[in-house]
Amino acid sequence: MADVIKMATREAYGKALVELGAINDKVVVLDADLAAATKTGMFKKAYPDRFIDTGISESNMMGVAAGLSTTGYTVFASTFAMFAAGRAFEQVRNSIGYPHLNVKIGATHAGISVGEDGASHQCCEDIGIMRTIPGMTIINPADPVEARAAVLAAADYEGPVYMRFGRLAVPCIFGDDYKFEWGKAVTIKEGKDVTICATGLLVNEAIEAEKILAAEGIDAEIINVHTIKPLDAETICASAAKTGCVVTAEEHNIIGGLGSAVCEAICENGVAAPVVRLGVNDKFGKSGPAVELLHIFGLDAAGIVEKAKQAISMKK
Amino acid sequence: MDAVLKKSLKITACKARMGIIEGVYNAKSGHPGGSLSCVDIITYLYFNEMNVNPKDDKNPDRDRFVLSKGHAAPALYAVLALKGFFPQEWIKTLRKSDSKLQGHPSIQYTPGVDMSTGSLGQGISAACGMALGAKLSGKDYRVYTVLGDGEIQEGQVWEAAMYAPAKGLDNLVAVVDNNNLQIDGTCEEVNSVYPIKEKFEAFGWNVIEINAHCFDQIDDAFKAAKECKGKPTLILAKSLKGKGVSFMEDECGWHGTAPNQEQYEQAMAELTAALKELEA
Repeated sequence: MADVIKMATREAYGKALVELGAINDKVVVLDADLAAATKTGMFKKAYPDRFIDTGISESNMMGVAAGLSTTGYTVFASTFAMFAAGRAFEQVRNSIGYPHLNVKIGATHAGISVGEDGASHQCCEDIGIMRTIPGMTIINPADPVEARAAVLAAADYEGPVYMRFGRLAVPCIFGDDYKFEWGKAVTIKEGKDVTICATGLLVNEAIEAEKILAAEGIDAEIINVHTIKPLDAETICASAAKTGCVVTAEEHNIIGGLGSAVCEAICENGVAAPVVRLGVNDKFGKSGPAVELLHIFGLDAAGIVEKAKQAISMKK
Repeated sequence: MDAVLKKSLKITACKARMGIIEGVYNAKSGHPGGSLSCVDIITYLYFNEMNVNPKDDKNPDRDRFVLSKGHAAPALYAVLALKGFFPQEWIKTLRKSDSKLQGHPSIQYTPGVDMSTGSLGQGISAACGMALGAKLSGKDYRVYTVLGDGEIQEGQVWEAAMYAPAKGLDNLVAVVDNNNLQIDGTCEEVNSVYPIKEKFEAFGWNVIEINAHCFDQIDDAFKAAKECKGKPTLILAKSLKGKGVSFMEDECGWHGTAPNQEQYEQAMAELTAALKELEA
């Protein structure tokens, strides 16, 4: 078996920005003194004239990004998810979201897989926060291939986008022929017993979980929800109606993120299917090696298998 | 400054003051005090300084204005209407549910508005971004923003204040409308913003102090700002809150209160008399 290629989605983000820089001279990248970590440093090296460091001032950076975008530039503003969605929430809401400006927020180091830095830097609330801003698109790519495709697609889209990237290297799930469809969930594997909606690095875990479940005779359907807003309710609800139960899996608080979005869609569309949410269970993270933390918090294949069985047992 | 031009600006500013009172009175809410204190400067910007065309309000080469103290929207709307960005009748619709004039400026609703503002401290950052856009594209348009003095209590203002000189944004002029009154009292009482001049100078700005209601001084300041290369200019404009309506002048209570009918009539009578005198 060939070695699986691993790369952090933040790395794919940096590379995609460089790619974009070559084909689109209106792309400008902003960072708040984290270029080495967010990987916008790659763009800085390739296009120093179109890279602006605002220093450690995320609120100002979002405002500068907003103003700059009104002058015809496609602006990517990067920092950690904690500071993009957390500290600068109101700037994103009022200076970017309300005027619906063409700013792409590249939020890296999302979730507990930040690892050793601990809870202060492990943002598990960003999807929930960003989801409540009218007109905001939220993308949480599963692997480096999807991350690259999402960045390229975001540049072509007119309006604000929140892109969520991780620090941890994750396996490549998709091949080079992968086609990213804006707002369209991807059914990775069809099944009839349970629907597993996963996003971000939990997509790979869902694929692993499916194998375990299959060995036990459970036929799971795996859906990769890369775009959390607008949510592809049609695909998710059709699947839920077919399988009769749903598991959501995300590296985010179970409140406000994919789990909440899926529950809303299932309820509002009158689909009679229980939904079991796997995520950070309304707790703060803590320090530790990323992979170890993911196991401790149950954000792995075993965790998904457990929730899938729970969901199946709840079927009427 | 040319006497004919000065007279014309004074007349326009007086009409804009009437627009402020008209809008806030009809809305039964809004912020007359801080609108009246900065309206001379906004009048000067749109009628003598900025390269803008109401018939081509999205021209990429135009100068930009960001009202960082967004609650002074009635002043901006009054001036934009006089400049011809939209019909004068819109003024009376201010803050109503079917109006194109929101309580605070919005680019989604109003022609001529360059940036949505209202949450204090954010406009100056957006203005920095616009000035940066001019630098990146090699264009020579300029960017203007007006802040309240109370507004500079917001931390984001100082992030932007550090940023603009660091990036050499000499195409940016920020005005602090220093009427010394905020909602809870004077700026000293609430949380002193002083010394404003020294603070901005320490941050690397070219600071010019003027009387916010003297067109000669306003004219000199914006001309001097254009001559200053390598750093942004901060015009510290000493103003009178409620300027032009006797009972509103220097009164904290007129920050966010609309006049009743009697007060409205008195205000309009005073401004009408002032206009008549100017036009004589």
